[in-house]
Amino acid sequence: MAATFSDPRKSFQGLILTLQNFWAEQGCVILQPYDMEVGAGTFHPATTLRSLGPKPWKAAYVQPSRRPKDGRYGENPNRLQHYYQFQAILKPSPPDLQGLYLKSLAAIGIDPMLHDIRFVEDDWESPTLGAWGLGWECWCDGMEVSQFTYFQQVAGFECSPVSGELTYGLERLAMYLQGVESIYDLNFNGREGAEKVTYGDVFLQAEQEYSRYNFEHANTQKLFEHFKDAEAECRALLAAGDKGERHEMVLPAYDQAIKASHMFNLLDARGVISVTERQSYILRVRELAKACGAAWLRTAAGGA
Amino acid sequence: MPDLLLELFSEEIPARMQGQAAADLERLTSEALAQRGLRYEGAVSHATPRRLALHVAGLPVRQPDVREEKKGPRVGAPEAAIAGFLKSAGLSSLDQAKIEKDPKKGEFYVAIVEKAGRPTLDVLAEILPAVVRNFPWPKSMRWGAASAEPDALRWVRPLHSIVATFGPETEEPEIVPFDIDGVKSGDITYGHRFMAPQAIRVRRFDDYLPALDRAKVVLDAGRRRDIIAHDARNLALANGLELIEDEGLLTEVAGLVEWPRALMGSFDENFLAIPPEVIRATIRANQKCFVLKRNGKLANRFILVSNIEAVDGGKAIVAGNERVVAARLSDAKFFWESDLRTRLEERVPRLDNIVFHERLGTQGARVKRLEDLAYDIASRVGADPARAAQAAHLAKADLVSEMVGEFPELQGLMGRYYAAAQGKDASVAAAIEDHYKPQGPNDRVPTDPTAIAVALADKIDTLVGFWAINEKPTGSKDPYALRRAALGVIRIILENGLRLPLLYEFRLAQSHLRVHANIANDLLAFFADRLKVYLRDKGVRHDVIDSVFALEGQDDLAMIDKRAAALTKFLDTDDGKNLLAGFRRAANILRAEEKKDGEGAFDARHAPNLRKEHAENVLAAAIDRARNETKEKLKEEDYEGAMRALAKLRAPVDGFFDQVTVNDPDQRYRKNRLQLLHELREAMLQVADFSKISGDAPQGRAPGA
Repeated sequence: MAATFSDPRKSFQGLILTLQNFWAEQGCVILQPYDMEVGAGTFHPATTLRSLGPKPWKAAYVQPSRRPKDGRYGENPNRLQHYYQFQAILKPSPPDLQGLYLKSLAAIGIDPMLHDIRFVEDDWESPTLGAWGLGWECWCDGMEVSQFTYFQQVAGFECSPVSGELTYGLERLAMYLQGVESIYDLNFNGREGAEKVTYGDVFLQAEQEYSRYNFEHANTQKLFEHFKDAEAECRALLAAGDKGERHEMVLPAYDQAIKASHMFNLLDARGVISVTERQSYILRVRELAKACGAAWLRTAAGGA
Repeated sequence: MPDLLLELFSEEIPARMQGQAAADLERLTSEALAQRGLRYEGAVSHATPRRLALHVAGLPVRQPDVREEKKGPRVGAPEAAIAGFLKSAGLSSLDQAKIEKDPKKGEFYVAIVEKAGRPTLDVLAEILPAVVRNFPWPKSMRWGAASAEPDALRWVRPLHSIVATFGPETEEPEIVPFDIDGVKSGDITYGHRFMAPQAIRVRRFDDYLPALDRAKVVLDAGRRRDIIAHDARNLALANGLELIEDEGLLTEVAGLVEWPRALMGSFDENFLAIPPEVIRATIRANQKCFVLKRNGKLANRFILVSNIEAVDGGKAIVAGNERVVAARLSDAKFFWESDLRTRLEERVPRLDNIVFHERLGTQGARVKRLEDLAYDIASRVGADPARAAQAAHLAKADLVSEMVGEFPELQGLMGRYYAAAQGKDASVAAAIEDHYKPQGPNDRVPTDPTAIAVALADKIDTLVGFWAINEKPTGSKDPYALRRAALGVIRIILENGLRLPLLYEFRLAQSHLRVHANIANDLLAFFADRLKVYLRDKGVRHDVIDSVFALEGQDDLAMIDKRAAALTKFLDTDDGKNLLAGFRRAANILRAEEKKDGEGAFDARHAPNLRKEHAENVLAAAIDRARNETKEKLKEEDYEGAMRALAKLRAPVDGFFDQVTVNDPDQRYRKNRLQLLHELREAMLQVADFSKISGDAPQGRAPGA
C-alpha cells in the first residue's frame, strides 16, 4: 500500500506523482512545468514545438495553467483561474495509446470493471496555436476526466508523424478520487489532522487575489502595450535568428508568442476586447505561433 | 453460394457518424461489386462505437466471363494505328483479329477480347482496400508512425484490425488477403473493451454475430436502441415513473456503448425548483442521460446508460454520475437564480454589444427594428400594438442571460420564465418564447396574436435583412435557415387565417436598413417557391400557384391560397378543363398573329358592328358578363364564385371555335376577332394567368382557326 503522501486517492500530490511514475515507465521524459504563464499544457514548447518535425519524442509534465476569465474569487467549488494539467505527449502516437491511457487510469485507482469509462467524440482546435486534432473527451462515470487528441496540425503545419496528446484535469480527477465536493477541500499532502494541507490552504488566497487582478486591477493600457511589445519582440527574434537554411533563436521567440497569448487572455478577462477585435487578436497570436513553427522546422530538434 | 464478412475494427467512432458510415460501407462495396459484374443475394451493414461490419450473402465464386468486340482501324491503315490497336487489344499479330465490312467504312479489323472471370476472392482483395482508402468520413485523421508518409491511410480514428473472410457456409472460409498501411486482413476480432477484450477467431457472419454477443458486444444498433429503450422504460415503471422519450438521445447513446446497461440515479429534490426544461437540457447535453416524470411532473431521477456490467452492480457508476449531475444542476441553479435578479429590460442594452451579423448590425439594432415591425403587424393580426412592441423589446433579452449562454437551445423559453417571474403580462411572456416558432414543418405555430406579431416580425426582418445583403439560400446551402423562416411566415399566416400585405411589410422592414436595392419582389418570388412546397403537400399543383403569383401585386398569402384552392377545384371540372383548352387556343392564335402584326396589335376593344357570326355575338356577350361578374366576385373575395362566372364562358368559347374562322381573309374581320379573343384572355387574367398552367389539360377539338 502506497504511503498516503503518494497515494493518488489520498493526496493531490500523490495523483501527480503516480502519473509521473506511470509515464516515466513508458519511457517519457519527465519535465517540470514551463516557467511561463500559459493557458494549457499544450502551449509548453515540449508539446507545441516538439510535435513538429520527424523526430520521435515522449514527454510528460504537470503544467500550471492560467485562464484569467475562469477566476471566481475562490467562491466557486469547481472553477479556478489557475489549475493544473497533467500532460503526456508521444510522437509518433504509439499503436496502443488508448490502452496506455487506460492503464494510467488503473494506476491512479480507476478500475474499468467498476467505473464506466467512455471515449466521447471531441474535435480539438486551438485557434491561437493554429492547431487541430481528433480524439475524445474521456469520461469516467459521466465526468470528463481527460482529453485525448491525435494532433493533425500544429502551428499551421501538418504533423508528420502524428503525436498523441493526453491531458488530465488533475483537480477534477482528484476530487473524484478523494470524494470531495469542492476543489478547496482536496487533501494536498495526504496527512490528516494538524498536518493536513488542503488545496485551499495552498491556493485559495491566490485565487482571490488573482481574480481581483484579472477582473479589476490589471492595467489594460499596459497590457495592450505588453501585447504589442511581445509581438514585436517575437518578430525581431525570429528575424535575428534567421540564418537562411537554419534558424537559431526559435525558443526565445516562441516565449514571446506565449507572452502575447497570455496578455490577450488578461485583456479578454478585463472585457476590453470587443467581439470583432477578439478574432483579430487571436489571428495575430496565431501568426506568431505559425512563424515560430516554421522556424522550428529549421532547427536540429525540428529535424533539419 | 459464398458469403463475405468484413469488419473494420477501430478506436471509438463518433456516435453521430456511425449510421452513415455503415450505409456508406454497404453502398461502396456493393457498387464496386456491381461494377465488376458480381451480383449477390443480400448485404447488411452494422456499426458499433468500435467497428463497422458488412455481411454480403450469396456471392458467386467467380466473376462471369466476358466477351468483348473491339473495333480497330480500317484495313490498310497506317502502321502506327495498327500497332496501337494490337497493343490495346492485347494481340500479338493481325492474324488474331477478324476483318469486318461496313458499307461506310469499308473493311476494318475487329479484335475479340475474351476475359475469363476472375475468382471473387481476388476481386474482393482489390475492392476492399480501395473502399477503405476512399471512405467518405466527414472528418478523418492520420496516426502513428505511418502518418509520416504523405499518402498515409486516413480513418475516422486509428484503425486496428480487419476481418475479411469469404467462403461458402459448409466449408472453412478463406481470408481475403490484403494489407493497408500495415493493417492486415485476417479472421481475428475483439470483444468488449473491458469485459471481453480477448481476440476472437471468426469464420463467417453466422458465427461472428453470436461470438460478439458472447463477448458482450451487441452488433446491431437497432437492437442496442431497443435494449436501452426497453430497459429504461422498465426501470422507470418499476419505480412508479415514466420515461420522457427522446429519440435523438436514444440514437446517440446507442452509438456510445457496445453493451448497454441502464441504471437509475437521483438528484436532490431542491433542484426541481429550476424549470424542468433546464434540468432536462443540463442532464441531456452534459450527461447524455434520460429524465423521468412522476404523475406528469419531472421527477428527481435520471436514467444513465453504462457500457459495462459493473462488478458492484453499478453502484459506483451511479454514484459518480450523481455527483456530476449534482454539480451541473448546481451550476444551472446558480444561473437561474442569478438571472432572476436582473430584470429583462435591464438586459436589453447589452444586446448592443452582440453582433447579429456584421453587415446587419447588433442584436440591439435588430430589436429596435422588431419593435417597429411588430407594432405595425399587430394591428393587422388583432394584437395590441403596444403590447406586441413590448414583447419584441424583450424577445431577445434572454440571449445575454447566463442560462442561455450555457444552453443556447433554451433561448426564448428562458425569456418566458424570466418575464413571468417578473410579473409581465402572460401574452408578452408567451410571445417571448413563441416568437421563434415554428422551427420547422412539424413545430407548433403560435396562435396568440401578440406572439404572432413578434414571430412574423422576427422572421420578416431576418429575411429582408439577408436579402438586402444578398445572402440568399443557394442549392443545399441555407446557413441562416431562411427557407425555414419563410415557411414559418407562410404557416403562421395560413394556419391562423391572417391577412397580411407582405410587400408592404417587406418595405417597412427594409426602411430600417440602409440598403436601397429593390428586394421586395425578389423576396416575394422566394415566398412563391416556399408556398409551392408547402401547398404541394396539400395537393395544390405548383403551376396553379404560379398562375396566381403571376398576377400583379399578389402578396396576400391567405387570398393566394384561397384562389389557388378554388382554381384547383375548377380545373378538375369538365368546364375548367375545356375552358383551359379554349384559353390556350385563343392564346396560341394571338401569339402567332401578334408575331405578324406586332405586340399589342389586338389590345383594343373589338367593334360590335364587325361581328358577323352568331357565335361571335354569343361570345362577346359572355365575355362582358364574365368580366363584370368575375370582378364583382373577386372584390367579394369569393373565388369559387369567380370560377363559376368563368365557367359560363366555356360553351360560348367552344361554340366560337367550332363555328368561326378567326383568320378571315378580310383583315377587318380577322382583326376584330383577334381583339375579341384578346378580351377573353384579359377577362380570364383577372382570375389567374392561365398560360402558366401546364400539364394534363385535354387538347382542344378540331381547329377553327
